[in-house]
Amino acid sequence: MSSIQQELVNIVGEDYASDRREELFTYSKDLGTSQPLWPEYVVAPKTTDELQAVVRLANETKTPIVPLGGGLTLAGLALPQKGGIIIDLKRMDKILEVNEQGRYIVVEAGISHGKITSYLKKNHPNLMHSEPGAPPAATVGGNLAIHGQGDLAHPYGFNTDMVNGLEVVLPTGDIARFGSCAVGSGWYTMHPLPDIGLFLGWNGATGIITKVSLKLYPCKKFRENNMFVVENEEFVPDVLFEISHLGMAEDLIATSSEIPPMMNRLHYISIINTGDSEEELEFKRHMTFDVQLAKYIRSGVGGIVSLYDERTRPQVSKSADWKKGGGFEYVGAIVPVSFYPECYRRGSEISGRHFIPYTVLGRVIGSCHSMMFSWSYAFNRADDATVKHARDALHETDELVMEINGTIWKPAIFGQKLMLERMDQGALRLMKEVKKILDPNGIMNPGNWEVD
Amino acid sequence: MYELKFDPDLCMACDTQDCLVKCQHMDIDQETARTEILKLADGEDSFVLRDCVTCYACEEYCPNGNHPFYLIVKMQEELGMLPLPDPLVKSGVQVGIPFRGEPVIDEMEGTVLNMGVFSPLLGRVEGSKLFEGLPVISHDSRKMFHYFCQLMYLHYGKTSVINERLDGIIQTLASHGAKEIVHFHDECYGTYTSYAPAFGIEVPFKSIHLFEFLYNRLLELKDEIRPLGYKVVYQRPCSSRLSSDKHPFVAKIFDLIGVEYMDREYKDENAMCCGATILGQKKEGSRVYCAEIQKKNIDDMKKAGGQICVFNCPACMQTLGMPVSKAGIMPLFMSDLCRLAIGEKVG
Repeated sequence: MSSIQQELVNIVGEDYASDRREELFTYSKDLGTSQPLWPEYVVAPKTTDELQAVVRLANETKTPIVPLGGGLTLAGLALPQKGGIIIDLKRMDKILEVNEQGRYIVVEAGISHGKITSYLKKNHPNLMHSEPGAPPAATVGGNLAIHGQGDLAHPYGFNTDMVNGLEVVLPTGDIARFGSCAVGSGWYTMHPLPDIGLFLGWNGATGIITKVSLKLYPCKKFRENNMFVVENEEFVPDVLFEISHLGMAEDLIATSSEIPPMMNRLHYISIINTGDSEEELEFKRHMTFDVQLAKYIRSGVGGIVSLYDERTRPQVSKSADWKKGGGFEYVGAIVPVSFYPECYRRGSEISGRHFIPYTVLGRVIGSCHSMMFSWSYAFNRADDATVKHARDALHETDELVMEINGTIWKPAIFGQKLMLERMDQGALRLMKEVKKILDPNGIMNPGNWEVD
Repeated sequence: MYELKFDPDLCMACDTQDCLVKCQHMDIDQETARTEILKLADGEDSFVLRDCVTCYACEEYCPNGNHPFYLIVKMQEELGMLPLPDPLVKSGVQVGIPFRGEPVIDEMEGTVLNMGVFSPLLGRVEGSKLFEGLPVISHDSRKMFHYFCQLMYLHYGKTSVINERLDGIIQTLASHGAKEIVHFHDECYGTYTSYAPAFGIEVPFKSIHLFEFLYNRLLELKDEIRPLGYKVVYQRPCSSRLSSDKHPFVAKIFDLIGVEYMDREYKDENAMCCGATILGQKKEGSRVYCAEIQKKNIDDMKKAGGQICVFNCPACMQTLGMPVSKAGIMPLFMSDLCRLAIGEKVG
């Protein structure tokens, strides 16, 4: 047994540290098209103290560490680019506090979104948090590390806009807290203290988030998916704008897909309306369809597909696997809503070039302030040629995002390089300095957001 | 291309004009009705084309078997007056395109069961004594669109799509070799026994209505029937208007299994459409009108004292099942109700 492995065992116990190949195998893979990358160790701390000790060990030995949540980014962001230790945070999953009237929840960052949803449903059914469009195993910390968005994106923005406070283990092993919790006042706000936004969206390259206070929001008794359809993609931005004007939809998503045929070359707009009564829901249906979208229906260029469909959460991941059984990876971009038509057209062209049925989706973020537009590429894991096609399509799409002046969301290493090449020099210098100060030995998820 | 057999002389000689006079969704007097139906027969425009909600009922109201509904739909398409917005039409037309491989054609004999496009509901029939010994044409829900009767496109004003695809569907069904086919959905039954003959499309097998089959099967199992004693209401589907001669089996089945078929306003000939197709129509106010008739229908079920609402059509069930349930009435397929009557459990 190596000395690092022995140290890890000393910290977390032998059940939670391993350098055995069969266990490392699991951690060497990502669900997307990334090639396997092997860690040397995997460790699963239970407490912040244990995590601190692991990070201190890594810093002393200059061993790279990669924090891992649910491992669901698909973009290889938790694969060890330079070997070292994968820190699996899923055991750090306690719910520490719920403040019902203050509408926030304090959790350990390894907790899954599914566990929070389940807990709130059982204990605080009038409260909800923003659940990402990922399987329920996605963790809070992982999602914040990639600037995720969820099913409350339309009214409230990115999930990282919904943070009240953070606790972070720095690359040196020190602990820092941000927000009102930093002055011992509880976990109810990030404001009005000086902004030190150094950890959200960094893919864990500046520190490991250990505790989070998340804002909670009113959870209505009834939730229904109302579906509207248009054929002309040019109408989509206006349809979204009209619905967004009402400020009532909980989630707003446009999607188009070659399979099943009913979605081919059509654009379905999913409008999640909620209410505590039938009267509230009917008012929202009336305002949405009889007022805001009436012009589309009257002129015959838009139509109501369905109303009243009860919707369980989360919704996006349940529709991600139309092809059944295969793999898929997507490029997400944060773009203005007005970009939808071009993103759709050019994305479906890329799919066509790579013999992949096109699938695109745009989720409105913050009252049409932006949109997360995704291009998904399916592949057969057992067929290298289809994996290559998907990988090439992903790279082409990253370049497309840059070309149209979009911003790649949770970019893989390839996309990160494209973004860094175009980044403002001042911002680049600051990123480099921040990284150097926080992580002098360059151990934190190396390869990610790495400025040369 | 197939042509609708419609005889204007029958309308000229008709002394009721029930097709339009009885319409629940348009207020038309007899004189206007005569004028408008003859305009349609002459290929001319009529307000009927814009106001029709495509509920199929005029097919049943016509005392002469002259297919006024098929005529309306045909004219909607010919004059470019489709009732639904274009993207809904495109979406609907594309729904029926098979996309998961070709069907496996097993050779079959005797009488078989065709689930049509509802093979995902196979679990409701398989293992039941009611369907014992009745082979199913296709178990594979991935292949269900190869058995899709296409009649849904009447709601879309798309006779051309039905006529373009129906031959292929009939050939697929016929290629299994069965001489008699029980259709789980009466829209399939209506396709092969009403629509196809009206357009001169040949059907090389005999069709059996599900309710007739269930009734005869229940007679065979009569000793096992335990009267259920429920008060039931029935949601009659649009396609039942194409086989009104089979509608009496509803009452006969209810009688046989000991449930009380409650009287209500929207019963039998005056049945109310579930609203599924009205919801998305481009005519101003369609959404609200749909909600109104659904409320009237469900209020009527409650007023009649219904404990169970029996459905024939899966689309009606999908549309009304939840609101019916919220109103305190249990939604059940007819086949499930019959299963309960012979002591089987229904999931």
